[in-house]
Amino acid sequence: MDLARILRFAAVITLLLALQALFASGLVNPYYIRVLILCCFSVMLAVSLNIIIGYAGQFSIGHAGFYAVGAYTAGAFTVYAGPPIRQALPLDRLPGWLEGTAFLMAAICVGTLFAALAGLAVGLPSLRLRGDYLAIATLGFGEMIRVVIQNVEAVGGPRGFSGIPIYSSFFWASLFAVAIVWIARNLARSRHGRALLAIREDETAASVLGVNVTKHKVAAFVLSSALAGCAGALYAHYEGYLEPRSFDFIRSIEIIIMVVIGGMGSTTGAVIAAVILTLIPELLRGLAEYRMVIYSALLVLFMLVRPQGLFGTWELSWETLRTRWEKRLERP
Amino acid sequence: MQEFLQQLVNGLVWGSAYALIALGYTMVYGILRLINFAHGDVYMMGAYSALFISGWLTAAGAPVAHSPVWAMVAMLGAMAAAGLLGFFIERLAYRPLRTAPRLTLLITAIGVSLFLQNIAQLAFGSEPRSFPELIASSTILQVGSVTLSNQQAIIIAVSVILALALQVIVHRTSIGRAMRAVSYDREAAALMGISVNRVISFTFVLGSALAAAAATLIALNNPLVTPTMGVQPGLKAFVAAVLGGIGNIYGAMAGGLVMGVAEVMIVGYGSSGYRDGIVFAILIIVLLVRPTGLFGSPVTERA
Repeated sequence: MDLARILRFAAVITLLLALQALFASGLVNPYYIRVLILCCFSVMLAVSLNIIIGYAGQFSIGHAGFYAVGAYTAGAFTVYAGPPIRQALPLDRLPGWLEGTAFLMAAICVGTLFAALAGLAVGLPSLRLRGDYLAIATLGFGEMIRVVIQNVEAVGGPRGFSGIPIYSSFFWASLFAVAIVWIARNLARSRHGRALLAIREDETAASVLGVNVTKHKVAAFVLSSALAGCAGALYAHYEGYLEPRSFDFIRSIEIIIMVVIGGMGSTTGAVIAAVILTLIPELLRGLAEYRMVIYSALLVLFMLVRPQGLFGTWELSWETLRTRWEKRLERP
Repeated sequence: MQEFLQQLVNGLVWGSAYALIALGYTMVYGILRLINFAHGDVYMMGAYSALFISGWLTAAGAPVAHSPVWAMVAMLGAMAAAGLLGFFIERLAYRPLRTAPRLTLLITAIGVSLFLQNIAQLAFGSEPRSFPELIASSTILQVGSVTLSNQQAIIIAVSVILALALQVIVHRTSIGRAMRAVSYDREAAALMGISVNRVISFTFVLGSALAAAAATLIALNNPLVTPTMGVQPGLKAFVAAVLGGIGNIYGAMAGGLVMGVAEVMIVGYGSSGYRDGIVFAILIIVLLVRPTGLFGSPVTERA
C-alpha cells in the first residue's frame, strides 16, 4: 500500500466518523439520518447485485433472499449465541461500544458466510441455466428462502424476528457501503473481473479462450450473495426487527431496478441509481397516496426514454471525467 | 381415500383457474419472449371489472344475484375490459421497446405491474371488497363423501370451454395461424405479409381476457378482491406456464392443473405455511431436471 492510498483511506474514515459524530450530536433531523442510512443499504445491495447482473451478465431475481439469509443468520447469532458468549468471556470489562462493535463484526462474518453458502447452494445448480430460465430459477430460490424463514419459529416465523440488539449505526452502514463499492471497482479491474466481462459479452467465445465459465460465474454469484448477506447483517443490527415480507420478490425487483436504471455494468451508476431510487419515494411522501403511482409511472417512462440506464456501462471516475474534458479541449 | 379425492377435486378447481392465467403468460412469452409481469395485475383488474359490472347491473335493476345468465354477462364484460387494458398496455408500454434489450422490456413490465397495483389502490382503496354472490352454492354431485359444488363445476366447465375455444382460435383460424407463425419466427412472418404488431396486440387481448375470466371464476369461490390479489396467483400461474414448457399452450393448462393440485395437497396433508413454497419447489426441480418444462421441446437458449 502506498502512501496516497493510506491517506485516502484515512480521509474516508475521518469523514464518516465526523458525520457520525455530527449525527450523534442530535443537531440533524433523525429522519434525514434514517433516509441516508437506507441509501447506504440500497447502495450495498445494488452494487453487489451489479456484480452478477452487470459484470457477469447473469440475470438473477433472488437477491433479497441472500439479503434475508444474512440478516436472519446474523440476527440469530447475536440473539442466541450472544448470551452464552457473554457468560464465557469477561466482556463486561470492555467499554459498551467496543463490546457492541465486536458483536457486530462477528455477526457480519456469520451473515456473510451463510449468505455465501446459500449463494453457492443456489448458484451451483442454477447457473447451468441461461437467460430467462436462470432468472426464473433464482426467483424460485429467493421465494423459497423467504418461505423457509417464514416457517422457522426460532426467528419469529411470519410474525417477524424482534429483539435483535442494535449495534449498527450510520458509520458502519456507510463504511461497509464504501467498502463494497471499493471491492466491486477492484473486481472489475482484476483478472476475475475481466473474465466475467468476457462471459457477459460472449460465453462461448470466453470459454474457447480458456476462461473457466462455470467457475467464474459461480464465484461471482457467491461473492454477490456474500456482500448482500453482509448488508443484511448490518440491516438486522440497525433495525432490530426483521420481517419475512420485507425480503420478498418485490424487494429483489427493487434492487434490479436500481441496477438497470444505473446502467448494467456500471458500479457508479448503481450507486447513484440506488441513492436516487431510495430518495424518490421519500421526496414524493408529500403526495401521499399518489406517490407509488408516480414512482411506477416514472419507472416505465424512464425505461421508454433511456433503456440503457443512466450511465450505460460507463463509470464515473476522475480518469473518465478527465479524458472527456481533454477530448473536449482538443476539439477546435 | 375419499379425503384425497376431495382434495383432488378442490385442486383441479384452483388449477383450472391457474391454467387460464397461465395461458396468457405462455402466449405472450411465445410471441415476444417476454415474462409479462403485469399479467397478474391484469387478472386483478379483471376481478374489479367484474365486481363493478355486477354492481352496475344490480343498480340498473337486473337480478344479478343467483343468476347464471347475469354472471355470464359480468364475466364477458370483465373479459372485454381486461382485453382492452391488455391492448393499451402493449400499445403504450411494450410496443415502443420492440427492439430494445429484453431486460428493458422486463423492467417495463414490472413497472406496469406496480403502476396497475397502485392505481387500483388509489382508485378502489386498499381494503378488500367483497364480490356479490353471483351463483348460490349448492352440491350437484356427491360420491361417498366427495362433493362437487355447482360453483366448482362451473369453474371447471367454463375453463375447459375457454381452453377449447383458444385451441380452435390458435389452430383453426387465420389469426391463430399468424400467431403461430410470429412465435416461430417473427422476421420471416413479417416477410410473409403478416402484420406482426396486430398479431401481438391480439395475443395480449386474448391473454388478458382469459385472465379476467379466471378472475371472475375464482371470485365465485373466493369473493375477496384487493389491489394486490394478482401478485401470488400471477406468480403461480407463471410457474405453471414454466412447468408445462413456456410458450406451449397444452403445457400451460397441464401446468396450471398440477400447480392447483399440488398447492391444495400441501395444505391438506403438509403444512399450510408451505403453501407458497411448494410451488417454487416444483419450479426449481423442473428447471434443474428439465429446464424446458414438461412439454417444451429442447431448445438451445441464447441469452
